[in-house]
Amino acid sequence: MTSLPEEQSKTRLGLVIDLDICVGCHACAVNCKEWNSSGYHAPMTDKDPYGHDPLGVWFNRIHTFEETSEAGQRTVHFPKSCLHCEDAPCVTVCPTGASYKRSEDGIVLVDESKCIGCKLCSWACPYGAREFDDDAGVMKKCTLCVDRIYNENLDSETRLPACVSTCPASARHFGDFADPNSNVSKLVKERGGYDLMPEMKCSPTNKYLPPRPRRDEQAAVGSSPRRLEEAKPEGGFLGWIDDLLSE
Amino acid sequence: MHPAASIILFTTASGLGYGLLFVLGIAAACGLLPPNTLFGVLTIALALGTVSIGLLSSTFHLGHPERAWRAVTQWRSSWLSREGVLAILVYGPAFYFGAGWILFDQELYAWRAISFTLAVGAIATVFCTAMIYASLKSIPRWNNQWVSAVYLSLSLMTGALWFVAIWAFFFPVPTALTTILLVLIIVAYACKYCYWRYIENAPVVSTAESATGLGSKGKTRLLEPPHTGRNYLLEEMGYKVARKHANKLRVICMFSAFGVPIACYVFIYFADGYYVTVLAVTAAVLGQVGVTIERWLFFAEAEHVVMLYYGKDQIHG
Repeated sequence: MTSLPEEQSKTRLGLVIDLDICVGCHACAVNCKEWNSSGYHAPMTDKDPYGHDPLGVWFNRIHTFEETSEAGQRTVHFPKSCLHCEDAPCVTVCPTGASYKRSEDGIVLVDESKCIGCKLCSWACPYGAREFDDDAGVMKKCTLCVDRIYNENLDSETRLPACVSTCPASARHFGDFADPNSNVSKLVKERGGYDLMPEMKCSPTNKYLPPRPRRDEQAAVGSSPRRLEEAKPEGGFLGWIDDLLSE
Repeated sequence: MHPAASIILFTTASGLGYGLLFVLGIAAACGLLPPNTLFGVLTIALALGTVSIGLLSSTFHLGHPERAWRAVTQWRSSWLSREGVLAILVYGPAFYFGAGWILFDQELYAWRAISFTLAVGAIATVFCTAMIYASLKSIPRWNNQWVSAVYLSLSLMTGALWFVAIWAFFFPVPTALTTILLVLIIVAYACKYCYWRYIENAPVVSTAESATGLGSKGKTRLLEPPHTGRNYLLEEMGYKVARKHANKLRVICMFSAFGVPIACYVFIYFADGYYVTVLAVTAAVLGQVGVTIERWLFFAEAEHVVMLYYGKDQIHG
């Protein structure tokens, strides 16, 4: 049923992405591809993967932006995957019931056996979270690794989305936003986590943490270069050398 | 947005067909349809033919056409599903109407009531088509009230143009009918003109800053894209039409869809005999060509906010 759940779920699973410490290594995207190539939405089709014009399905992509403000310029690496919105427009536009939001944990999924491949959900998503698989003829998207996070065959500490478990900088956090004491809720509160494109009124579950303000403007790359210290602060031997070499 | 041929064919052909069914339904409900079997067969064949070709072509771009029947299940939330449900339901009154006109006594009140239902169903289907696009917040150029006005008025216009084009082969065209056609064409032009005015002057809806949350007091620009090759999003949403071509195509569209048909119908006031038929057919054919260009532009000129993640600065309504 592509109507959204009538009540907000008691658990709202999602990600917090810390733009302050993401180093843009693309490991999350690679591990996402690796896991999901054999997971719920497998395969993540690649066309011409080793040729000149490859085209493939990815659930997670890392953009890099340059932010210019009064404090100067800075490079911000910006991973983007499905935000598992509360008011997910990709769900309500679906004519077949293939696209749905789970009432138990808020994860947005596609039932591939019902998808007719009309692509309307990908048009409705402002964030570009859905990618069409030309080969399978169905829409694919991030599952929040639903086949990992509840997987009892895995150790409890590895029951995390693939992108979160692989991030070498711990820039990605997974948790329950409905619980005010969860790690993700605390991070959002402490660091001012925000929504992407709030004007689209999708109420995304995933939140982004802004880059922290710079601690020392002088230390920033691009500020005025350090000078050599004065060679003759108070005369003496060094002063004599300085005089000698200055002639 | 990528202007897919199958969707352009679907929206223009089914627009014609439902517009024609609306005209036929209203005329029948008012008791104005002449009891001429061949005229009936031709108009109904054109209407149901274009509607059916349109519906079939809309399934061509599906990844799984064999599952298309599932698309009628989610009418509670999805405009696409509502369109599918109505499109199928309208065949019922359409066949009853056609059979009544061609085969049976058309003066029954039940037949007139069914014809009126057909008219309502036909125009409601076009409204659902328009709302598929108009309900998408992510494509601000479609997310406005002019979209449904344009779809409805162009559907009525093309349906009526073809109605008169066939009519002219059988009967003289009354002055009142010519006037109605002129009004329909001018209303359609006014709606399209307002749409173009709207998208020229619409405010900025989203920016690279709102999309990333960065640069609240400054600017944000894409430094490196996430990949060096193509991807689905860029192919589907990243279609770009050069401004100068868009402007030229708008001029061609205006002449073909509205200018020539208006001129034709002004001449029809003064013409008679075969000239009327030639003018009416010319107006219908060029009107249809113009509407096809209009629909291509409707897709090609629309911008999706996801392009803010791929180097666009801002997206206007």
